[in-house]
Amino acid sequence: MSEKILFTKEHEWVVAKGNIVRIGISDYAQNELGDVVFVDLPAVGDRVEEGEGFAALESVKAVSDVYAPVSGEIIAVNEELEDSPELVNESPLDKGWIVEIEIDGGAQLGDLMNEEEYKAFLKEA
Amino acid sequence: MEVEGESWLKKTPLNAQHLDLGARMVDYAGYEMPVQYKGVIEEHLTVRSKVGLFDLSHMGEFELTGSGALGTINFLTTNDASSLDVGQIQYTCLVDQKGGIIDDILVYRTKSGFLLVVNAANAIKDYEWLKENLQPDTELIDHTPDLTLIAVQGPDSATLTEEVLNISVDLLKNYSFIEVQYEGENLLLSRTGYTGEDGFELYFPNHLANKLWNEFMEQGEKYGIAPIGLAARDTLRLEARMPLYGNDISSNTTPLEAGLGRFVKFDKGDFIGKEVLELQKEQGVTRKLIAFTLLDKGIPRQGYPILDAEGKEIGIVTSGTLSPSLKKPIGMGYVELDYAKAGTEIQVQIRKKPVKAELIKGRFL
Repeated sequence: MSEKILFTKEHEWVVAKGNIVRIGISDYAQNELGDVVFVDLPAVGDRVEEGEGFAALESVKAVSDVYAPVSGEIIAVNEELEDSPELVNESPLDKGWIVEIEIDGGAQLGDLMNEEEYKAFLKEA
Repeated sequence: MEVEGESWLKKTPLNAQHLDLGARMVDYAGYEMPVQYKGVIEEHLTVRSKVGLFDLSHMGEFELTGSGALGTINFLTTNDASSLDVGQIQYTCLVDQKGGIIDDILVYRTKSGFLLVVNAANAIKDYEWLKENLQPDTELIDHTPDLTLIAVQGPDSATLTEEVLNISVDLLKNYSFIEVQYEGENLLLSRTGYTGEDGFELYFPNHLANKLWNEFMEQGEKYGIAPIGLAARDTLRLEARMPLYGNDISSNTTPLEAGLGRFVKFDKGDFIGKEVLELQKEQGVTRKLIAFTLLDKGIPRQGYPILDAEGKEIGIVTSGTLSPSLKKPIGMGYVELDYAKAGTEIQVQIRKKPVKAELIKGRFL
């Protein structure tokens, strides 16, 4: 059981607790996006496939999809974002979390980056 | 192709200022421009309530002189430049033979001829078009590389501009300009803008760029001035329902479809596109540029389909955002004529979901 934060190449973060993962976007991503003004959340009970866009973050300027790093079922969404989408900017790694997904079968998080690897990835990009 | 090292993007004389102010820079029409400094909402609201400063030096400035200048302007644009006195400005469109909009521009009537201020993204295309269609005895000069353009916009812009330039703007009407002496140079100051607020645009030689920018920033501090990026410029103009070339108007749309008919003067003589536009006026347009607000959550974006109340596709969104002033989703788009009446209920398809919207009349605020 790990509570270590992992990152995807699409700039989401993932924290796993058993077969449940909590997902949000990185500080880099929120900064790139600018003021988030609306979060289009999925419904609890929705199924998502790895690589699928399951939520949308709308900034004033653009819309950005949030991609599922794993396949599974949405078991919770951060309802606070409905009234306070700015939490994604203010607290991207904590209060700005987006959903929790219960992963199908065993967790397949091996190809995600740890914090150091993600920092190196940002430097390359 | 990846280019290593020095950016190939053009820089305005104020580039270092933007970097110092912490701007996020983007490629806009081949220029490295500030898209935002502190944040688009804060910048937007500063212009609505106080005063904001914009670097618009990427825009193109062309001058037409000679005895054929008026004939050239009137043959290439839809408005009638013969009605302009020296010191007056008009909004007009360059159109092609099919009546499609090549660019929307401002024409300044100067002592020596006409100054055309054009969109940065269209500058090269416009220049070529003007050159190809020059009437006899007309000279075309490109001043873009030599001029810095800043805009001062917002309720406190008049007072601040008076203080910095040591002049009075009481007699300077909207869409008119004056020459102002500053450090031995002639600056051009116009009461124009793209924000829906009172405001000014100031054209001057590049060597004064840092001095004037700093003067406005320093003297504007007491009013709460902020530098404003392109992102807020876009939300400001959209709230004022001003079209953006490349979004709301293009070579695929005519001034009549875009609701710019009052800038098309059919009685001034021949001009490029006249036949097609006259026919379109006679027969009526089949689609119109409209403005709407969403009645439910979501944000309309360029390219999203517009549907009628039953779900039939009737048009397309050309601009959209969450209005920072109204805190409501707003947008513009083209719809079939039957649906173009204010109050009509439509829907905008946002990803998988149709969201109810209502057509509005006039500006958003």
